[in-house]
Amino acid sequence: LSQCDSLCPQNYPLYIRSVPTENELKFHYTVHTSLDVVDEKISAMGKALVDQRELYLGLLYPTEDYKVYGYVTNSKVKFVMVVDSSNTALRDNEIRSMFRKLHNSYTDIMCNPFYNPGDRIHSRAFDTMVNSMMMQVC
Amino acid sequence: AAAAGTGGLLLPLSETEQQRYSELFSRCCPLPEAAAGGSSVGELFRASQLPPDTLHQITEVCGAKRVGYFGPAQFYIALKLIAAAQSGFPVRIESIKNELPLPRFMALKNDTEVRYGTPAEFHGVKFQVPHASLEKNSYKRTDEGDKQEPKSPPMSPICSPPASPSTYQRIPLSYGYGKARSGLEQQHGAPYEVRHSTHQQDGPSSGNYGAKSAPTCSTPNRSLSVEREQQDSSTQYADDPWRITEEQRDYYINQFRSLQPDLNAFISGSVAKNFFTKSKLPIPELSHIWELSDVDCDGALTLPEFCAAFHLVVARKNGYQLPETLPETLLPEYLQAACLKPMCDCALFDSYSEPLPSSQQTRDFSRAEKSSAEEVPDNSVLLQDGKKDDKQALKVSTTLKTIPKEFQHLTVKAAAQEPNALRARPRSRSYSSTSIEDAMKKGEEPPTPPPRPQKSHSRASSLDLNKIFQQNTQAVRSGWLPPPPPALPPRPSVSQTEQPSEVELHPQMNRPPSQAEENSSAKKEVVLAQPPSKPARRKLRTEAQGLETPELSPAINVTSALPAVKPHLPVQKQSSRQKRAIQTAIRKNKEANAVLARLNSELQQQLKEVHKERIALETQLEQLRPVTVL
Repeated sequence: LSQCDSLCPQNYPLYIRSVPTENELKFHYTVHTSLDVVDEKISAMGKALVDQRELYLGLLYPTEDYKVYGYVTNSKVKFVMVVDSSNTALRDNEIRSMFRKLHNSYTDIMCNPFYNPGDRIHSRAFDTMVNSMMMQVC
Repeated sequence: AAAAGTGGLLLPLSETEQQRYSELFSRCCPLPEAAAGGSSVGELFRASQLPPDTLHQITEVCGAKRVGYFGPAQFYIALKLIAAAQSGFPVRIESIKNELPLPRFMALKNDTEVRYGTPAEFHGVKFQVPHASLEKNSYKRTDEGDKQEPKSPPMSPICSPPASPSTYQRIPLSYGYGKARSGLEQQHGAPYEVRHSTHQQDGPSSGNYGAKSAPTCSTPNRSLSVEREQQDSSTQYADDPWRITEEQRDYYINQFRSLQPDLNAFISGSVAKNFFTKSKLPIPELSHIWELSDVDCDGALTLPEFCAAFHLVVARKNGYQLPETLPETLLPEYLQAACLKPMCDCALFDSYSEPLPSSQQTRDFSRAEKSSAEEVPDNSVLLQDGKKDDKQALKVSTTLKTIPKEFQHLTVKAAAQEPNALRARPRSRSYSSTSIEDAMKKGEEPPTPPPRPQKSHSRASSLDLNKIFQQNTQAVRSGWLPPPPPALPPRPSVSQTEQPSEVELHPQMNRPPSQAEENSSAKKEVVLAQPPSKPARRKLRTEAQGLETPELSPAINVTSALPAVKPHLPVQKQSSRQKRAIQTAIRKNKEANAVLARLNSELQQQLKEVHKERIALETQLEQLRPVTVL
């Protein structure tokens, strides 16, 4: 179970993808709440903006454990990933590499002159990349 | 063994030859013991892929000319001579005394498979079968031809087409196709023209595609063309929708030049965006096309990338669905190898040999690359290799074409700034009209620029929307500016400045047809707006083949009139006459744009609210549930 989210500086989602499509709303909500934590971390960082952070929210939902990871780019675009805690095989390195892939794909999208920043992302290349990533995880 | 009656010459035929010839003869001639039908014999002979001179010679030698008909004897001799000619022997009676392989007729082997009577075959599926089978045939033929060749020298350049297919088959690039077409073009009619006329009713997309890919040849010979197109396409994959034909490539290259005179440099993203938005495809599709074609994801298009993108746009406009991944024939490495060769082919045959091995290499590379995707370093390396070839080819090519000079002269200014580039394009169009008819017709299409809004074509809707939202435009404009993210400020401002300059191009092409359309369609239908412009583009392509549609004839008259007018009028007169038109167009477009942007933001707001509500409801439900369980 996992979900992938890209959020723009105005904190509305550019891209949302969940592997199991049920409970998607729950994931949306989780991501939204996690934004507060992300903002907090950004302000705390000061000058160093680009960093890969880890966000552990085990207590938020007592019924279900999952980990929420965050990532922020230079242009304040946030990537949030929700991963099921039962998936213990997932290591930090892998998360980092996944975020790196997301970031690369995002820059590729940016290169597309037909993409206006702030639009929803409809790129098929991005979709395939995210899908493959999530299949890997699950 | 049958005996031939020409001058008492006894012609020994082997068993297989006997069988084959009698089969062929019966095919050409329904009645036994009578003369073979002239037309079917002609078809058969042409299917042998020999040049007409040779065929004439054969008919003379075999005596049919003399007796005036193709009796069995003449027919058999002719077949033998064809076999001889295909093996590279001169067309003489003496040569057929030797042991010869059976004559090969391209179309006949596969006339059951490849019949272009149905448009279904147009769409690529069946082409694979003829490709494979016909390729095998050609292989056989060339093998035999190779065996025979050491014995006798090839007769002349006329005979070279049968011999040189060996190169075609090894490297079936459209380069080879280009050479064959140029060689065979004069001799054979306009296959696609004929096909187009037969398929007029069958669907504009397929017909247009075929028509579009046709060279403008002189004489459409019907029976000839059907077989000729089979052979052409079989050996040259002409009807693969993802393969760029020679004239298409030339056109793309000219368009590239109009945007960027240096063929080795890039077209930047914004320039390309303006250019492709003129095609009036919806933005998501253009976005997808860009994704497919910008292989190195650098935000700029090289020449092969541009050709691929343009080709995809063209295909899409003609009704083909966009593929999920870039077809092999549109890969930059592939295109780069093949890209500039047609420009050389009118000059030297020598230059072929040198790009050949490199193109083979790049083709293998591209194959390997496909299997391991996302290897960006490979991509860049290959592009480098390809670019070196381009430079060599460029030196040859730039000396040949006369058009580039005009384009370069005109677009020197274009290199400096974008608005200038956009203005230079109408001028280059007017020049092209005086030089080549085709280029003029095709050159009219892209400079019909639509305004920017993504969702709809605002031309037809702009009137209605303007009336409804007139009072809100000012508020909208001020309210809309904040949303663009601060991180990338240059983009929106550039886009806004581009808008007016884009609009400048409207008057030349789009205004007369658009006004006609607006007057006719007084509805707020967004969908309506798309078709008038879409057929306009397609229409201009097929105009060469004489397809007439009444609704667009005024548009065509205007567009054809305008370029005729332009060379005569100096630029100053144009601008004075059209300033007002430009200004009104600008105003309308700005208003429509603002309106649509406001709509967009409103809808997004609504979406957010709905989302919030839904989340709230869900949490409520969650809270309530444990209570009910208990």
